[in-house]
Amino acid sequence: MAIKTQPVTVNLGPQHPSTHGVFRMRVMFDGEEIVDVEPIFGYLHRGSEKLAEERTYTQIVTLTDRMDYVSSMLNNQAYILAVEKLAGIEPSPRGVWLRMIASELQRIASHLVATGFLLQDLGALGTPLIYAMRERENILDLFEIICGARITNSYLRPGGVFMDAPQEFWPALDRGLSDIVNTLDELEEYLSGNEIVFSRTKGTAVLSPELLINASITGPMLRASGVDWDLRHRNPYDYYEKIKFERKLHTASDNYARYWVRVQEARESVKIIRQCIDQIEPGPVRPSFDDVPRLLRPPAGDAYAAIEGSKGELGFYLVSDGGIAPYRMHVRSSSLINLTLLRDMLIGGQFGDLFVTFGSVDLNMGEVDR
Amino acid sequence: MIGLGLPRGFLVTLKNFVRPAVTEQYPDRHVGLLGAAKEAGMNPFQFLIKNPGNSLKAIAGLATVPVAVKQSPRFRGNEFTFYEDRCTVCASCAKYCPLGIIEIVSVPGKIDAQEGESYKIEVFDIDIGRCMFCGLCVEACPYDALHMGTKFERSSYIRNDLVISKDELFAAEKRPSSFYRPQFEETGFDPFSEEVTDYHDAGRHERPTDEDLKRKWVDER
Repeated sequence: MAIKTQPVTVNLGPQHPSTHGVFRMRVMFDGEEIVDVEPIFGYLHRGSEKLAEERTYTQIVTLTDRMDYVSSMLNNQAYILAVEKLAGIEPSPRGVWLRMIASELQRIASHLVATGFLLQDLGALGTPLIYAMRERENILDLFEIICGARITNSYLRPGGVFMDAPQEFWPALDRGLSDIVNTLDELEEYLSGNEIVFSRTKGTAVLSPELLINASITGPMLRASGVDWDLRHRNPYDYYEKIKFERKLHTASDNYARYWVRVQEARESVKIIRQCIDQIEPGPVRPSFDDVPRLLRPPAGDAYAAIEGSKGELGFYLVSDGGIAPYRMHVRSSSLINLTLLRDMLIGGQFGDLFVTFGSVDLNMGEVDR
Repeated sequence: MIGLGLPRGFLVTLKNFVRPAVTEQYPDRHVGLLGAAKEAGMNPFQFLIKNPGNSLKAIAGLATVPVAVKQSPRFRGNEFTFYEDRCTVCASCAKYCPLGIIEIVSVPGKIDAQEGESYKIEVFDIDIGRCMFCGLCVEACPYDALHMGTKFERSSYIRNDLVISKDELFAAEKRPSSFYRPQFEETGFDPFSEEVTDYHDAGRHERPTDEDLKRKWVDER
């Protein structure tokens, strides 16, 4: 006998442990089924884009750290590429290699966090998250060796990085990479064959590739639907054309596919770092201060540079009026744009899949609100 | 392979169950009798006879020893190291700070026949309650007078205590971080065991010998 129920509206967040920050959803349930979702954000808005208008180009690097705080190196890289394009700076080769190594390490760390928290949302309380975080800790230790900070790195500067890696970094990196591979093996053995993970993630929140492309979704979410779109391959920035790597694609476009693509991408990042170590050349890590002064005054104009961030295309648009600070900075944040299909993913689904789907987007509220 | 996934997963957790823990106990960890004796620098029997009270505590599992956190020499900590003799009060650090938390006031100082006029520091306040330890002030310092510190234990209940004043800055331990200071890395300086007290050794240039000074200031004049 079917019981007729009335839809109930539930307010989730902003202070909810599963919303990956401060995110609020007004969800309407009909029994267990989700009828309507209204995302509400802006609780972590700090005005980074406006603050950038009164800071010099080097000082803004510290602001970009705080946007997506689990992938600050990638934010630095995207911003620095935009500045280099705007001011016409020729970067130093060693600096470029170093920042590629740093950003690929950060990508692994970010994917580990995404995987750990996805499993946490599935109800695997603690264990997979701790395994992932333990490995991320090693990567953060590497960042401490190379730049002195763990989360808010501010490592990159226009034209390269601020300082060469110390001697002890290279053996530590070598050790760290084999540890990362072991952890990824472990995670995959633990989760990729797990029937509970299968039954909870396979076939949930399926999106069609057409819809994803129309909503301009990028990153692992798009590649999980079989669309071969990776900016490192399509539009190589830095020295990615000298690097060989596979683009891992999955065709199911469900929550499991997104998880799978992230783990495989972390493996590819390890290979990329190994190639970078082989190809890195000695030399200065940034141009001399005669070429690139600390107080940059780029000519009036605008520039947009985008990288393949850990969550999708991360782009910075800078407008200069010839002064020491940008006239306007705009961030194309992948988290915010990936969130736009939340309704399509959730409506018609079950209550239990709500946070799993939310976690599989791998969003970061610091980047959504900026 | 339906049905095998869960046991394989449990095997992984079992493997991790017997792995050594990676958790770092901070600020101190509990030790037994052996650990307490090792900390005191004697063998357990000696320790048992000399400190019966502490030994009982250690056997009961109540004794603790302090733990030093493993840090990189490049760590950007919050106890800034400052060399007054290297500073020319140019205020580059204050201009370069993204948050504008460094306050510098200078007054005309002594006039030296050899070195010319110099400025004296009247106020040098760093408000580390708002500092984000980006290190841009250290990067901007042209004379290597300001260095990042390596310590991080400076929490306080009062906000005003977080302002490092001039006197505190001068009196602080000289344990500079090697952040943006390659000269420390080249010599293998370890801020956690040694100090750089002489301001001559903190610069990125080699210390001039007496002969160099004589040539520069006596012979070439």
